[in-house]
Amino acid sequence: MSAPFVVVGAGQAGMQVCDTLRKSGYEGDLILFGDESGLPYQRPPLSKAYLGGELDASRLLFRPADYFAKHNIDIRTAQAVVAIDRSTSTITLDNGDSLAYDKLALTTGTRVRQLNCPGSDLDDIYYVRSLDDSNQLAARLESAASVTIIGGGFIGLEVASQARKLGKQVTVIEAQSRLMERAVSETVSAFYLQLHQRNEVDVRLGTGVKAIERDDGGSLCIRLSDGGEVISDLVVAGIGVVTNSEIAEAAGLECDNGIVVDEFACTSDPAIVSAGDCTMHFNGFLQQRIRLESVQNAVDQAKTAAQSMLGQRTPYVQVPWFWSDQYDVKLQMAGITSDHDEHVVRGDTAAGTFSIFYFRDGKLLGADSVNSPADHMACRRLLSGGKELDPRSAADTTINLMQLAKG
Amino acid sequence: MPKVIYRNVSGDEREVDVPVGWSLMEAAIQNDIEGIVAECGGGCACATCHVYVDLSQVNELPEIGDMEGDMLECTACERTPNSRLSCQIRMTEELDGLVVDIPERQT
Repeated sequence: MSAPFVVVGAGQAGMQVCDTLRKSGYEGDLILFGDESGLPYQRPPLSKAYLGGELDASRLLFRPADYFAKHNIDIRTAQAVVAIDRSTSTITLDNGDSLAYDKLALTTGTRVRQLNCPGSDLDDIYYVRSLDDSNQLAARLESAASVTIIGGGFIGLEVASQARKLGKQVTVIEAQSRLMERAVSETVSAFYLQLHQRNEVDVRLGTGVKAIERDDGGSLCIRLSDGGEVISDLVVAGIGVVTNSEIAEAAGLECDNGIVVDEFACTSDPAIVSAGDCTMHFNGFLQQRIRLESVQNAVDQAKTAAQSMLGQRTPYVQVPWFWSDQYDVKLQMAGITSDHDEHVVRGDTAAGTFSIFYFRDGKLLGADSVNSPADHMACRRLLSGGKELDPRSAADTTINLMQLAKG
Repeated sequence: MPKVIYRNVSGDEREVDVPVGWSLMEAAIQNDIEGIVAECGGGCACATCHVYVDLSQVNELPEIGDMEGDMLECTACERTPNSRLSCQIRMTEELDGLVVDIPERQT
């Protein structure tokens, strides 16, 4: 009897690998390791509706408890994998046990980047990555009047929006000159700055955090690099992530800001695949190597990884997409647009219903859509179908983009 | 607890208890109903939880919102007058016995 397929990491990508393996007819032994206790759950709501108390934890689960037995998936929670020995095809667990694998999938994800300024080890500093993190933050928020958020990216701004809904006084500190700088264009950043300011968030751009201190009254004093200071009951930091690639690196797999995989989600060892946030991967649609933190990437790449474990080679060529919920505004992003040399607005920015379409050398790269899901879906379809769209048509709201995409 | 009947393209039916306030998408996921993908986890952002509501019951549902209406234009299987996104239908006592058909594919 051959050794089992082993999946390390029970997040979105790990769950998808297991699901695709079973749906593709794999009948051998399958073990899924998760280092958290409890059943695998969805992370996106942790900084959104769940943090605001709109959902209970049972509604975050990917699958019900009986799913694992029904599909013969041996799930081992609260168990970390600490080493891979490729010469013997075995992994070592945190309790010292070792286990042989036939094929191994690394879906280890990321962990939050921690603050490292003086005072970053004080109490009342929170991060949002795990269910536990979100629970602790929600509990602390209840008794707090004010919160300072370090980092004006998706996580920070989603937390800001939930904290405002709960009536807290909110300050956001962002080192870059605009919000979500890594992900969206200036027009979208400007729209979101106004949105947060309209919701009475104090947004401080272009300044870093020098130190955090506990003041005499027991509050936190956040000292800024521009000389300013903010007093808050608590701090939430959303300043990016670090890939969980140490076990891969220690095992001699190629790593470069993540576990390096090809378009088939294969690492430099043919018995080991990897998928999700932890991978520096080749995307056949983008024709470039990239690392992405998103549900879409985790799901689509995991499907490719599972196929590769079964010896079926289906390249990862999907169009990247993302979303973020802040207040009652939905932001959806399609494609990777940072290299654009031209953009057009479709819709009405003043009304808060618009998309920005991005082009390079006249070729569509993607779009950021604000409360315009139809534009977003059409853009994804245009991109995946390799359809042309010229900037003038993109800006013309009398042209139905979905029909163009379908035609 | 009110019930919803999910029917797949082969006509197989599964009757599921759905807590009031849950979406039909969530209930499908938590009961391991095949064919409702829900890539975005219920954000009305992906159109992969498309269902066809039984024609006799479709008028019992709250109206389709703007966002849902737009997303329904983007489903993998054809939109029909009884198409809905199951993430946007919240369960109520009145919807007890609702029958929904799951389309052949979602992506």
